[in-house]
Amino acid sequence: MKSGKIVTLAHGAGGKQTSELIDQVFKAHFSNPQFTADDAAVLEVNGKIAMSTDGFIVSPYEFNGGNIGKLSICGTVNDLACMGAKPLYMTCSFIIEEGFSMDKLEEIASYMEKTAKEAGVKIVAGDTKVAGRGQVDHLFITTTGIGKIVDGVSTSGAFAKPGDKIIVTGDIGRHGCTILLARENLGIEADIQSDCAPLWGTVEMMLETTKDIHVIRDATRGGVGTVLYEIAAESNVGVKLDSSAIPVDPAVSGVCGMLGLDPLYLANEGTLVVIAPAEQADTLVETLHKGKYSKNAAVIGEITESMPGKVVVTTEIGAETLLPQPGGELLPRIC
Amino acid sequence: MAEQKKSALEIIKSYDGPKLRIMEVCGTHTHEIFRLGIRKILPETIELISGPGCPVCVTPIGFIDEAVMLALDHQVTICTFGDLIRVPGTTMSLAGARAEGANIQIVYTPLDAVEYAVGHPEEQVVFLSVGFETTTPSSCLAVKKAKEENLQNFSILTANKTMPNAYQALKGSADAFLYPGHVNAITGEEECKKLAQDGVISGVIAGFTAKELLTALAVIIEKSKTKKSYFVNCYPRVVRPEGNPAAQKMIKEVMEPCDSEWRGLGVIPMSGLKLRQAYEAYDARLKFHLPKMQGKPNPACRCGDVLQGKCKPSDCKVFGRGCTPQHPIGACMVSNEGSCSAYYQYGME
Repeated sequence: MKSGKIVTLAHGAGGKQTSELIDQVFKAHFSNPQFTADDAAVLEVNGKIAMSTDGFIVSPYEFNGGNIGKLSICGTVNDLACMGAKPLYMTCSFIIEEGFSMDKLEEIASYMEKTAKEAGVKIVAGDTKVAGRGQVDHLFITTTGIGKIVDGVSTSGAFAKPGDKIIVTGDIGRHGCTILLARENLGIEADIQSDCAPLWGTVEMMLETTKDIHVIRDATRGGVGTVLYEIAAESNVGVKLDSSAIPVDPAVSGVCGMLGLDPLYLANEGTLVVIAPAEQADTLVETLHKGKYSKNAAVIGEITESMPGKVVVTTEIGAETLLPQPGGELLPRIC
Repeated sequence: MAEQKKSALEIIKSYDGPKLRIMEVCGTHTHEIFRLGIRKILPETIELISGPGCPVCVTPIGFIDEAVMLALDHQVTICTFGDLIRVPGTTMSLAGARAEGANIQIVYTPLDAVEYAVGHPEEQVVFLSVGFETTTPSSCLAVKKAKEENLQNFSILTANKTMPNAYQALKGSADAFLYPGHVNAITGEEECKKLAQDGVISGVIAGFTAKELLTALAVIIEKSKTKKSYFVNCYPRVVRPEGNPAAQKMIKEVMEPCDSEWRGLGVIPMSGLKLRQAYEAYDARLKFHLPKMQGKPNPACRCGDVLQGKCKPSDCKVFGRGCTPQHPIGACMVSNEGSCSAYYQYGME
């Protein structure tokens, strides 16, 4: 039911209203045996763990396919998953603008609850601050998570080897495209939904197939193109892409065509770049096709010894060109 | 005919005639040619020159200075296509003005700027009206709409340009033009056909897909063997002989020809458009009494020579050193469609 209430500075002052806010919104959604009322959560974790933190300031905070709450869980869950770590526990810190709708906050918390549940991660501690009007754009969320690394798995951007195949776990550019259309007054209406999704399940499926995976990266800000440039530099190898093999939703490629953007630079929030030995590639893609978030997975290229640090694309006329190195903000072009 | 049996790609790859200089006039062509890697498959005897067809690249510095003055001194809200934001002015770009507190809104069409003005009656809104025959009709439509709705807080800063006189000014730069299909979709075939008939310059109208671009280049190669001037519409799917009369009428109704400054090429007589008297209430220059502004380009920048095909981007001293897409000195480094930016990003030295 809608309450019509808003968040006030009193909700962040530490007194009665703060407890109310925590009880009614956060405890109601995040409740689990480890959710602490004390100063810190006490946890038991054995073995090698991965830990990651991420801040979320997405504007607009609601978009087709999710909202900042879902995004804040997916972002950290996916960062852990990329290290081959099963996400276990998370903390989240909210900075909320005075006047923010309590109903919206509740909705965001319920998205977080649902997403965390799907990812199998428990929210164990949190913090809430309220900032004066204009000091925050609606609300900012920071999440931190730890996960247990699956035995025998070792991934890093520095582990790509010549001959390895490059896989994307889904069609690319949907999140960036969704946000761009929602943010700018572009007057374009397209049925595009963010790919925002928690990907531990996707990674787990791959690891059950083979642990021989060299790199897993989530292609968030900057997109697949940026991630591949990073990997090329970290591993000191070249990257060769086949433009015709890159999966792109027709609506995304239509919008990109109109705006002069390349889907390779648009953010993803539910798509991974995976680099694995050639002999594993087909099996991995076959496995991925069975997954909820990876039906469009495809091999898009390979790692080369030549042109270290560079990303080269084979175009539709068969010519090889350098993929322009991304930089600056994305600006829609003219005409 | 034998040549019909060969694919366009084969015709291009097997060309062994005399040196052939082809200018792609359109910025979108420049971008697609780089993206597809067409230069990589050309024989050495074919040179592609990137002409002045990117509206951002030919917009003079004085225009940016005018926009910055409107934004900072007159506190107006600037609505603009995204690319213009990073073009350097004499002292700063619009991005610089934004950092100093100016309200700069990115729009995709001029009508969005009208809509913004309707939604923000307390702000004065100026749309930066740049572009060729392709974008001008929508600027005209925006002005007409503003007049119909008697909008008091909307005006446009014009730097609209028309191609025909620019073709005349550029005729010595190449053996043939690859005409901009989007522009011809509005203007039709007539002007380009006449340039060939008068022996001024040959050319073909080209589309934008890989197949369309390769076909247009192959046609230029085949036709150049005849040693006569020629004109072919290789984009008949979109370009009709008469063009788009409704769009032409719209431009004629709202705007009239004027002399116009092209960055790098100087003032080309009657190559620009300004608002007619009936619409001058929507002319931001008159509305805000802007003084005549003569922008000062960075003397090291050779954008002008690049736009005329007199030098390659990499021949410019600041290319890739002081001037990069992140920190552009010249306009050709700003837009994705600018030749310097394309050379830089696709690693052509």
